[in-house]
Amino acid sequence: MTVQELPGAAAYRPTPPPAWKPLTDPAPLLPDPEPFRVLGTDAAAEADPELLLRLYAELVRGRRYNAQATALTKQGRLAVYPSSTGQEACEIAAALVLEDRDWLFPSYRDTLAAVARGLDPVEALTLLRGDRHTGYDPREHRIAPLCTPLATQLPHAVGLAHAARLKGDDVVALAMVGDGGTSEGDFHEALNFAAVWRAPVVFLVQNNGFAISVPLAKQTAAPSLAHKAVGYGMPGRLVDGNDAAAVHQVLSEAVARARRGEGPTLVEAVTYRMDAHTNADDATRYRGDSEVETWRAHDPIRLLERELTGRGLLDEGGMRTVREEAERMAEGLREQMNADPVLDPMDLFSHVYEEQTGQLREQAARLQVELDAEHGPHDRDGAEEGR
Amino acid sequence: MSTAAATAGERTGRAKPSTMAQALGRALRDSMAEDPTVHVLGEDVGTLGGVFRVTDGLAKEFGDERCTDTPLAEAGILGAAVGMAMYGLRPVVEMQFDAFAYPAFEQLVSHVAKMRNRTGGAMPLPITVRVPYGGGIGGVEHHSDSSEAYYMATPGLHVVMPATVDDAYGLLRESIASDDPVVFLEPKRLYWSKADWSPDAPAPVEPIGRAVVRRPGRSATLITYGPSLPVCLEAAEAATAEGWDLEVIDLRSLVPFDDETVAASVRRTGRAVVVHESSGFGGPGGEIAARVTERCFHHLEAPVLRVAGFDIPYPPPMQERHHLPGVDRVLDAVARLQWEAES
Repeated sequence: MTVQELPGAAAYRPTPPPAWKPLTDPAPLLPDPEPFRVLGTDAAAEADPELLLRLYAELVRGRRYNAQATALTKQGRLAVYPSSTGQEACEIAAALVLEDRDWLFPSYRDTLAAVARGLDPVEALTLLRGDRHTGYDPREHRIAPLCTPLATQLPHAVGLAHAARLKGDDVVALAMVGDGGTSEGDFHEALNFAAVWRAPVVFLVQNNGFAISVPLAKQTAAPSLAHKAVGYGMPGRLVDGNDAAAVHQVLSEAVARARRGEGPTLVEAVTYRMDAHTNADDATRYRGDSEVETWRAHDPIRLLERELTGRGLLDEGGMRTVREEAERMAEGLREQMNADPVLDPMDLFSHVYEEQTGQLREQAARLQVELDAEHGPHDRDGAEEGR
Repeated sequence: MSTAAATAGERTGRAKPSTMAQALGRALRDSMAEDPTVHVLGEDVGTLGGVFRVTDGLAKEFGDERCTDTPLAEAGILGAAVGMAMYGLRPVVEMQFDAFAYPAFEQLVSHVAKMRNRTGGAMPLPITVRVPYGGGIGGVEHHSDSSEAYYMATPGLHVVMPATVDDAYGLLRESIASDDPVVFLEPKRLYWSKADWSPDAPAPVEPIGRAVVRRPGRSATLITYGPSLPVCLEAAEAATAEGWDLEVIDLRSLVPFDDETVAASVRRTGRAVVVHESSGFGGPGGEIAARVTERCFHHLEAPVLRVAGFDIPYPPPMQERHHLPGVDRVLDAVARLQWEAES
């Protein structure tokens, strides 16, 4: 039956709905068309030299950390390592803009941010080494466990920030996600919740060009990932992710805004992953050398070095000092990672529930019998002493 | 409510009959009153009081910061609850209907169930996920699923199902107080079941993880939980006419599973039937039957039988009575326990 044939259809006139008025003028929420930059501009002259030098030292240390961790995968000391070489500016700025009481919600690639926030370099690698899932107490460092499922940590950041505000605490959560992660449903739900609740959260998208092998053009049709913010009613900021001073400034402003109770911000940092997705990936299958070389010229450490030396804040001696310090860090990491972790297999059953169920007690007893048969009954004591 | 029941209520010092939904609401209220860190969140839980009115009045009493109408997004609700719990709150999440909980499955499986384990015990998550579940209320599709098998297959979660008004109150209080995450499955078709239960004198209940013998018997054990408990009790009464004296066990939780109570009963009776309305294939009944067989093989006079829903997507409401195990199907299984007579 067509509409015309419906009885009484002729008399039907739809009533227009009340005029739709958006609650917010979207213009202030829109990101600038060009990524925000500080280094190489007049704004750099205003930047705090101490901050720039600190960023530089941390960047160099971070790159050395990435190189050392990647080397450890080749020696079989690390099961896998997703390097953030090329993205150090984002990692370091994310860690440095937070106060002690704030929380960081890293993804699996954000080991550097966790280390720059003060986490022990070895503890930060336990997940990737394969001895434990999370080698640290998240509450102690205010760093959530490194998160492997994509974007699922974002709603956690929202919930935590919301809870902190409900308790009257002056706490901000900074959540990190990659460009691929922005396609996940949890990204959408987290941003929507954060905006509706005006939660003190900052979302940092590190757009490094690829989700494993899939380029951004196949990931989104949005003008930029920062544009996604507007639909949720929060400001989107676009920043040059290789410009450490710019990322630091944009994130600082977003954190300050959140702390003032003005709600969340979505920051897209445009950067590039110089290494493959992980040591197990072959990046030559999906990108050409020339593209990588273009980005090498825009390397975050070189940008900062050029700025600092140009302004007479850094010389060859200063660079050497920073490199030597990074080398000592790498040496310590190498040494500690070469020690075999002492693990107690009975820990498998220790942290499933507050109290072991009857089923788990039975299974633990069975494993204990296997361990006794394998190593003799003294091994359990030895393992305990070594813990 | 009948006069007889009211009199029974007075006799036991319990003021007036209450429904399971009211008892659940009261459990939420009492938990919130006792512990300021308890927060309720979900779709329509505030102003409306929940589509089943379980959260009725909470927003009014505690404010909408503690009983919060969230955006319509299950993963977001549970994901936010994870963060809230990380900061020391005790969130109670309502998933409006069983099948609406599936978008939150990743949060549940990858984070809620694992956070204690992932962090070596440093960060337990005291989250209660309330799921109105199961069929029998004439709901259209996606409103009647029995999802317990998914949850019980996920280590790290407790899976709790009340079947009585007392347990609805007591088990929900226990679940909220637990430092472990609990999936709390509320049998929708028992929401309006009544008992002479009063919030002024809530009877103490067995803790989570203990099964309860609801009806003692000698000739076979019916093992069940949640919405199938009343079916089994009715079947047990009807079976007396055939000379069967059936014991009925209410599991009350699938995780932890009370092997002791179940095995002790089956060793006594020598025969067992597992009854639940979720699908049989890959369902809880298979696990339970295997556990019983492993523990009681030499006491068994017959194979452990299962009476379950068919292995079909939940049927449309006009057909659901054919799917849901009723008294006759339970009695038929009991008749088949005459194993030695057949062989």
